[in-house]
Parts: sequence; C-alpha cells; structure tokens
Amino acid sequence: MRRLALSFLLSLVTLAIFAQDDLMNIIDQNTPSDINYTTATFKSTRIINGHSIERMLPGQLDVRISHRFGTLNSGAYDFWGLDQSNIHLGLEYGIWKWLMIGVGRGNYEKTFDGFAKFSVLRQSSGAKVMPVSLSVVTSAALKSKKFLDQSRKNYFSSQMSYVAQVLVARKISQTLSVQLTPSYVHRNLVPTELDPNDIFALGAGARIKLSKRISLNGEYYYVANPATYLSQQTYNPLSIGFDIETGGHVFQLFFTNSVGMIEKAFIGETTGQWKNGGIHFGFNISRVFTLVKHQKAPNS
Amino acid sequence: MKRLILFLFFLNIILAANAQKFMTKNGYIGFFSHTSMEDIKGDNNQVAGVIDITTGEMAFQALIKSFHFDRALMEEHFNENYMESDKIPKAVFKGKITNLSSVDFSKNGTYDVTVEGDLTIHDVTNKISTKGTIEVITGGINANSKFKIVPEDYKINIPGVVRDKINKDLEVTVIMKYTPIAAK
Repeated sequence: MRRLALSFLLSLVTLAIFAQDDLMNIIDQNTPSDINYTTATFKSTRIINGHSIERMLPGQLDVRISHRFGTLNSGAYDFWGLDQSNIHLGLEYGIWKWLMIGVGRGNYEKTFDGFAKFSVLRQSSGAKVMPVSLSVVTSAALKSKKFLDQSRKNYFSSQMSYVAQVLVARKISQTLSVQLTPSYVHRNLVPTELDPNDIFALGAGARIKLSKRISLNGEYYYVANPATYLSQQTYNPLSIGFDIETGGHVFQLFFTNSVGMIEKAFIGETTGQWKNGGIHFGFNISRVFTLVKHQKAPNS
Repeated sequence: MKRLILFLFFLNIILAANAQKFMTKNGYIGFFSHTSMEDIKGDNNQVAGVIDITTGEMAFQALIKSFHFDRALMEEHFNENYMESDKIPKAVFKGKITNLSSVDFSKNGTYDVTVEGDLTIHDVTNKISTKGTIEVITGGINANSKFKIVPEDYKINIPGVVRDKINKDLEVTVIMKYTPIAAK
C-alpha cells in the first residue's frame, strides 16, 4: 500500500518536473535533425576560367560578360595589352535543382558554345553526411571562323569540339574552398598530325575569402598531353584573381595566361606563358536575374 | 492511507490533463523590408513552436537556412553575409504570455495577448515585447503576431553600399497553427 502511494507521489513529482521542463526540449525532441547542405562554396559558377561547383537555381538567369585583354608583354605600344580585347557573352539558366544549361559566343575563333552542368552530389552535414559536392559538366563548341584552306573538303563536324568534366569540390571552412576537375577535351579536327585530338587534364582550384564580399581565387589545369611542336607550343593555364561581390553583381578580376574563355580553348589552346609575361588581364561580370519565382506565399 | 492514495491518484490525473502543450513543426515566420529601391521578403514555413497553455510559456525555433527568398542571390547573401548560418544555424524565441488570464482556452474565439521574452538571433539575445492574438479553435490554437526588429540590435551589419536597399526596421510576421501534443 505504501509502495503504491510512493509510486503515485513519484509520478506526481515527475509530472511536476515535466511541466517545468524547458519547452525547447520538446522542440528538440520533436524536430528531426535536418540535412544541412553546404552553400556558397564559390561565389560564382566559374572559379576563374573553368566551371565551379556552383549552379544556377531553377528560374535564375545568369548574364555573363567576360573579357580578356592582350598580353602584358605586348608593351607600351599596345598599352600592355589593354588595346586588345577578347570577349565572351553567356546566358546561363537553372532548369531544375540539379541541372543548369548555358549558351555563349566568343570572338576567339568566332565560337558558339553550349554546356549542361549536372549536380550529382551536394556536400552536407547533419542527418546526411556527404564530404564533397560533385557535378558533371559536358559542353560542345562550334568554331565558325572560316576554314583557312578553302580548297579542300571541309566538313561541318570539323568545327566541333567536346568537353567532359567531373567537378569535385569541398568547402573546407567558411574561408577555404577547393575543387579538383578531371577534364577530357575532344577536338574533331586539329591543325596538324602532331596535335592530339584528345586532351586529358586535371584542374585544381581554390578560393580564400578575404572578407564577406571579396575572395582570392586561383585555378590551374595540368594538361597531360599538351601540343609540343614549336609553332604552337601550349602551356598549362594558370589564373589568379579576386571575386568582388556588390549586391547584385559578381565581378571577377584576374590575371591568366589563357585567352580562351571556354574549356576547349583554355585547356587545349593556351599559348601564353607566365614566365615571359604572356599574361592577360581579364574580368568576368555576372548578373543574376530571377525569371521564375519559386517561393510560395505562406498559407495564412 | 487509502484516501491519500486516492488523492494522489486524482491529483495525478488532473495534472496530466492540465499539463497541456500545443505544438507545430511547420509554423511560419517571415520578414519583410520595403524601400523604394527593393522589397526583400524571407519566408520560413518550417518553424517549430510550442505553447504551454497552463503557464502561457511559448518557444519557437527557426533554422536560418529554411528562410527562402524569391531571389537565390538574396538567400545566399542572407546566409553568408548577414546571418552566418553555418556558424549560427538557429534563431530562438523563449517567452511568456503576460495576460494569460484574459484567454479562455476552453472557449473558441480570438483573444488579444501580449508576449514578452528573449529573442535570440545571430547569437545576440534581446528582450522583446509584442502584441498578438491567440485564436482558440476546435482541436487547436492559432497564434499570430507582427512586430519590428532592427538588424543592428542583433549585430547584423549592413554595409553602406546596400544600406539604402534594406529598411531600418524589418517587419516580422509569425503565424503558428498549433495542435495538441499528448502529455507524457
């Protein structure tokens, strides 16, 4: 009997404690731990020349204007390269959460290009732990510059080249993000027999945030089989610069030894050399517009 | 002895019945800033909230990354530049209805209430007091409130370049639709 009284008394005490219990505990018990996806690994969809893991979300349109001036070693007569300009214009759009596409036109060899970037894995912590983000980029470029040799039979397909890349990135900390980019370039037609049709390269990129709105970026592609014959020696592209974000725009200002702004060009056709001043000043401007609003108003 | 046991037994039942808490896992908290240059609206439909109608205590918890914006870039700036949501993932409110006696939880209807408590955003806690309504409906309780907060009070720095685009006060809207949770 006494035991029964005791047990009731005890349950009373526990009830009383429960009533005093912090309401936050109830919230914690009732909310499953969420998947915390890593965001903003890079500020832009490009590290500098090459693609970053970042993508456009559905309904977002990125208008990109990119410039590469001439080389610094072109001297005072060409105002150290600023007299010359190469331009690439791009329109890039997010279709689904895992797919963005883009089209572009550059005056380098009058090239049209298009790409699709598939987000396969997203870095996350919490309920689901994924150490890296992984995307696949495929692109095609169509050179529209007139063939040098008009006398021979020139095929349309000779103007095409293709690129496939796997992007593996990790945001290591708030300030440091890194990416590895194994790449494959196939060119249907190359100038001479000595030039490879297939190029294999490994890209590496990183960004260090200097402040909330400015980051230092670096990007390098090791090309396994560059063209080595004397008139068209190609080099590994190396680029260093800053991302500066001003509310609606991202400005990327940098130095690079590549004049091409698409993968096929900067991986396979970079002829500038850092050590003798074959360096171009360049910039990318990115402006994102929201075409489709995907948020719904609260159901109040 | 028997009487004591009986007394304790009934007291238990009464307490258990009275210890009534209501909860939601998809409450809404949104904020809105209007300037002539830009409207900014963040919506979070995954706010967890609890109300204890015996004590008038309330608590909310919102994940910062669950605030969504029309423009993805705004959402990124919100998380990266202002709220630092990787470091500080949650915002929390803990408070109390100060005029609990004016709410009759046994009768359907809408009652004006004043809520006071601690609002923690960006790891900074401020005391706030706000007016709102409690609506008692069959099988649940709705709570609504609108109040203003100043980002600088929570050490959220807005740089000069964008200062004109963000209103000095942000209007916060809270809409909770609670359902009872069984007392354990």
